[in-house]
Amino acid sequence: MTRDEIFVKVQKVLVDALAVDEDDVKPTASLVKDLGAESIDFLDIVFKLEQEFAIKIPQGELFPENVSQDPRFVKNGKVTEEGLAAMKARLPHVDFTPFEANPVINKVAEVFTVDTLVRFVEGKINK
Amino acid sequence: MRWMWIDRIIELVPQERMVAIKNVSLAEEHLHDHFAADASAGLAALPLMPASLIVEGLAQTGGVLVGHAAGFKHNVILAKVNKFELLRDATPGCTLRYTVVVERLDHIGASVNGTIDLMDHARPDAGWQAIGSIALMFSNLDNNAGGAGQAGLDFPAHNFVFSDQFKTILRCSGFAEN
Repeated sequence: MTRDEIFVKVQKVLVDALAVDEDDVKPTASLVKDLGAESIDFLDIVFKLEQEFAIKIPQGELFPENVSQDPRFVKNGKVTEEGLAAMKARLPHVDFTPFEANPVINKVAEVFTVDTLVRFVEGKINK
Repeated sequence: MRWMWIDRIIELVPQERMVAIKNVSLAEEHLHDHFAADASAGLAALPLMPASLIVEGLAQTGGVLVGHAAGFKHNVILAKVNKFELLRDATPGCTLRYTVVVERLDHIGASVNGTIDLMDHARPDAGWQAIGSIALMFSNLDNNAGGAGQAGLDFPAHNFVFSDQFKTILRCSGFAEN
């Protein structure tokens, strides 16, 4: 499956999960900031991606898991260097560059863009 | 006390499907306000089962099905109503039938699809009429509270979702709790 084909399917998933217009689902759009995704939508997106692409997405593979509860990874509301390194290792499809400047844990969900999902699915199905 | 919006479970296929019924009764006080007469507008009273409570009944049906799958050990909550369509009103004296079918179910949560049928006892020849559908998502909080976007959310450690009322309705309907 080509990247464009994956994008079209991801676009469909997000239109369905977030009730947004297809035109708003651009590769650079942030799921949270631009498309209005809320915490529970992340789970919905996982469910719908699994169905759309006939894949299984283990917990913590697409979105970060249990980072905030680990005192080594979060101090004073910010992700530590160790935490950032752990997330980068666990989530290679995510570009954390914009987050690194101000790694506030509550903002970590904002790094997920439409392209993040496309890259993730691409890596998953073209293994 | 949790307000139950299903009266009886009539079918249970564990981890797959559940069917429940709800008898709409004029004895339910809220029907008198939904909708009360409005003399100033010249409108007579029109008691109808609120659509929001039909959603709740479907959520309870789905919740019991999903909770039953794991022996009611986890806090599984309704997380999202993805779609809901209701084509006609349910009036007192009618029976609603909620059929919920699992689309996806694991330790993270579940998604289910449901249908709503109505039996108008004044027109039994019409049988069960399909009047709506729903798509629901459930989250297992015990396994999801630390996920993306949920950082910092705290939930009670004890099981605050599945009270004895859910188990009672299962037992009274003739089904085992697990």
